Parts: sequence; structure tokens; C-alpha cells
Amino acid sequence: MALQELCNFQDIFQDSITTLCSSVPFGRKTGCDYVSGLPFSNRTNLFNFFTPVAEYLDESPIQFGQISTIQSSSAISSQDSILSSLAVPTSLPLASSQSVPLPFPMSHGTTTLAFMFQGGVLAAADTRSSCSGLVACPASQKILPIHSHLVGTTSGTSADCALWKRILARELRLYQLRHGRRLSTSGAAKLLSHMLHPFKGTELCVAATLCGWDGGEVDGGAKTDLSGRRETTKSQMTDLEKTSLAETKTQSSASITGGQQCSARKRVSLSGPSLCYVCSDGTRLQGALFSVGSGSPYAYSILDQGVRWGLTVDEATSIAREAVYRATHRDAYSGNCVDVYHISSKGWIRRSREDLKEEYYREKERQERRERQDVTPPE
Amino acid sequence: MEYLIGIQGPDFVLVAADNVAASSIIQMKHDYDKMFKLSEKILLLCVGEAGDTVQFAEYIQKNVQLYKMRNGYELSPSAAANFTRKNLADYLRSRTPYHVNLLLAGYDDADGPGLYYMDYLSSLAKAPFAAHGYGAFLTLSILDRHYRPDLTRDEALDLLKKCVEELRKRFILNLHSFTVRLIDKEGIHDLEKLTAGAK
Repeated sequence: MALQELCNFQDIFQDSITTLCSSVPFGRKTGCDYVSGLPFSNRTNLFNFFTPVAEYLDESPIQFGQISTIQSSSAISSQDSILSSLAVPTSLPLASSQSVPLPFPMSHGTTTLAFMFQGGVLAAADTRSSCSGLVACPASQKILPIHSHLVGTTSGTSADCALWKRILARELRLYQLRHGRRLSTSGAAKLLSHMLHPFKGTELCVAATLCGWDGGEVDGGAKTDLSGRRETTKSQMTDLEKTSLAETKTQSSASITGGQQCSARKRVSLSGPSLCYVCSDGTRLQGALFSVGSGSPYAYSILDQGVRWGLTVDEATSIAREAVYRATHRDAYSGNCVDVYHISSKGWIRRSREDLKEEYYREKERQERRERQDVTPPE
Repeated sequence: MEYLIGIQGPDFVLVAADNVAASSIIQMKHDYDKMFKLSEKILLLCVGEAGDTVQFAEYIQKNVQLYKMRNGYELSPSAAANFTRKNLADYLRSRTPYHVNLLLAGYDDADGPGLYYMDYLSSLAKAPFAAHGYGAFLTLSILDRHYRPDLTRDEALDLLKKCVEELRKRFILNLHSFTVRLIDKEGIHDLEKLTAGAK
């Protein structure tokens, strides 16, 4: 493959046991030490996956400088493939020189949010990708589905997020094939966190909120549970409008056989909505409400006022939209449109994308109408 | 930003940690538990850099459990503390040092209770009381003044409440609640959380 030749792929994998310094043509002492620390150098089993390592990652991570200095620059995102992210480091030094010092490091130019309520999990995000202070793409997708019942909001570098989401999707699928059941959301979060840990201290920047619905495990051979599972899997097969992946059918059949396997084991595990925040600096938190990005403080203030467990789906959608709208109004790095995803026991459903410009004009009209009403009575 | 405290009595160790998981200026979680159970009578309290804390603490936790599986008996608190310190020291001069500050509290059936203070430069000290974080500057003198080696459990809890009260009064950040646990020869006991409402 052309990409493999570009990244000197064969040399890395053939000499996995011996030290790489002599055979790998990186040519730098620090590079050798760094390469041996990478995840795929020594392990031969589960995590022996190929990640195209761009040339600039040859260098020791300490030479890049720590994450805080990178974060003080505006978030650099690019919607294209990984190769285009090679262009990113050259623009970094320009972006990090600011005329006005920031009060605290601004990071991840975006607004994404997710919260749990009685109807499942709701995830919302804006659609603006910014790069060094200009809008690189006004219609990007920041919420990426991973599988039928798991969705991840992305924040940080778009390319990194897209890649790691795909790697996570692959690893989750492999897990499901090997163990006959779907990995829970917190398990997926732990997996992603451990996969990102070796890259700590480098420029890799991924801050994702994994929102999913964990399927119930079968415990003790109870018949009702098995039939319950079959019902949900049947409804999965009929109600999933958006997922056009062929593998959902095989997923549900795999989960049925998995359920029959599990009936022998006495297992009670949690089922229902689940929300986990994973960051490339190593943070992994499980909770009920998260907002990530430069617009997150604005979104938090709206959400903290209105989010309760007992919301209906419509109420939850409207408060999520409102929170993203307010954040895009105040934050320069968020804007354009809003995407809303709802994850329930049947899988994820995506609302059509809405342009927030319309919302802004609607609100202006409402305000003008109110002012006119206030003015007329005294007359 | 984060706060840990430990007080050793004649036959128990009382430990507390705040419950905030923060990211720059935002509190992302209000009920985050910073204590890791290493064995039936050992707790590791861990604060520091975002990902390092959980990674390092879970690494130590799994290794201590592995030791028990291999050898059939648990590591003593002193051995666990020295093992932790050795790992910190080994990684200190590597490419990926762990920036974590720890308190290890445990009860040994032979030696009694023990509280071990460790910091990110892999120093280790067995201390009768210890604290980590900016809050330590405010509370160590209270501990110096009122600590006695023969504290009862209630007196130790009162001393802890005095420290928390001082933080609430003078510390610039809002640490809303604290998880409190007590280790004695019976094992680890969860005590009531100290929150803003309580005295």
C-alpha cells in the first residue's frame, strides 16, 4: 500500500523483537527510544494494529513541548484525511503566538454536549471546524456513530478523532466477535483510554464523549430475559432507520447466540443509557452530563438549569439545541449548524441538521415582537 | 486543586479525599472517587495529572492483586508502599514520568496501622498524618497543633472536620464534598461524606 511505504511500515513490523535502532531508518537516537515505546512495537496480540505514524511523530514527544502550550493556541482541526494533518504542525507556531494572553488554555474549538435522561442519551454538537482562526469547514460532522448503540462526540483534532473512532469501532467489533457480546460503554471508554495512553505528551488531541445504550446481559438462564433480548434485537432490526451497515443484522444474531451462551453464567450487569468522557490526556469519567470544547462553559450553564432525569425526548432535544445555540452565539470557534443524536434501546436516531442562523433570526423577531408589545399598551 | 488527607490513630487510619474531577475551570464531576482499593486493608489515594492518576493507581492495584493470586497472601502496607515508590522511581527518569501524589493507608495485622506519604518525585515517608494539594498548606498546622498519637476515632473525625471547615473558610476553590473512609483491623469502612451542609 502506498501509505505503508510512506510510513516505512514494513521495517517497524518485521523487527518487533529486536531493538529497532539499527534497522529502522529514522536516524535519530531519540527517535529510536520513542519508537520502542509505541504500542505496536512489542505486543504481538490484541493491540498489534497498524496506525499510520506520520513522520513528525518520530521525534521525542518532549521536543514538541507539553500539551498546555499547544492548547493555548486555537484548536486546529481539519476534516480531511490523515495525510492532511501532516500540514498541521507547520501552522502551529504561528497560531500559538497570541497578541492578547488567554485567561486559561482554550482548547478544542467546538461545542459538544451529551446527557442522560429517562429516554436514553442525547448528544448534540455544532458543525464548525476551525483552523488558525478561520472556518475550515462549516458543515463538519462532530458526532460519529461507532455502532448501532454507541455514538461518540468528537472534539480536538478532527483527523485524530475520526481515526481513533474507526479504530475503536474495529476493536469493538472484534470484541463482539470474540466474546459474543457487545462491550459496554464504560468498557469501550476504558479501551479507548488505554489505546490513547501511549500518545500522551504528543500532539494527539482527542476529547470524546461516548454515549451508548448497554444491552442487558442474560442472567441465570431466566427465560423472560432471553425472550426480552430477542424482542429488542427484533426491534433493532426493524426500527433502525439510519444504520445502513449490513453488520447490524449479524450483530443482532451474534448477540442472540451470545445471550444463549451467557445463560449458563450467572451474570447481572447494568443495562440502559451510559455516558463516558474520554480525553487523550488520560481522563476517563463516567457521568450523567458532559460538555466538551471551547463553548462548553456556555453550554453547561444552560444545561445545568434545565436537565432533569424526567425530561421527554422533545424537551431534551430542545434544551440541547438551545445550549448549543447559546454556545455558538458566544464562542467564536463554534457555529453554523447543530446536530442532535438520540440513543435509545433501539439504537441511535439522528435529527436533521439545523442551521442556527435561522434560530438567531427567529429569536431576534421574537424580541422585536415583544418590544413592540411593550411599547403599544402605554399608548 | 485537589485535596487528600490522612490521620493515623493507635489502631486505625482515617483518610479523606475531595470529590471534584475538574478540567481547566469546569467541574466535570462532583462525585468522583479518588481512592483505590489495593486489598482488603489497603487504600491508595491518588491525585495529580489527569490520566496519570488512574493509569498508575490501577497498575499498582492490579499488581498487588496479582501478588495475592500468585502467593496466596496479601502484601503488607509497607511492602505495597515500597513497591509503589519503586515504580514511581523507575518511571521518574524515563520518557513518561508519572506526575502523581499519593497517600497509602493500610492496616497490617502484625504492625498495626500505617500511613505513607509519597509524592511525584518518588519520595516515601511513613507519617502519623499527611495531606496533599494546596489545601495542605492550610490544614497541616491544624494537624500539628491538635494531633495526638492516642486519638480515638471520634476525635480523629473531629480533627478531620476542623480541617475541612478551614478549607471551606479560606480556600479559594469550592471543594463541595469529601469521601471519608476508615481502615482498621476489620477492613475498610465507608463513613458519611462530608458535604457543604454538614458542620
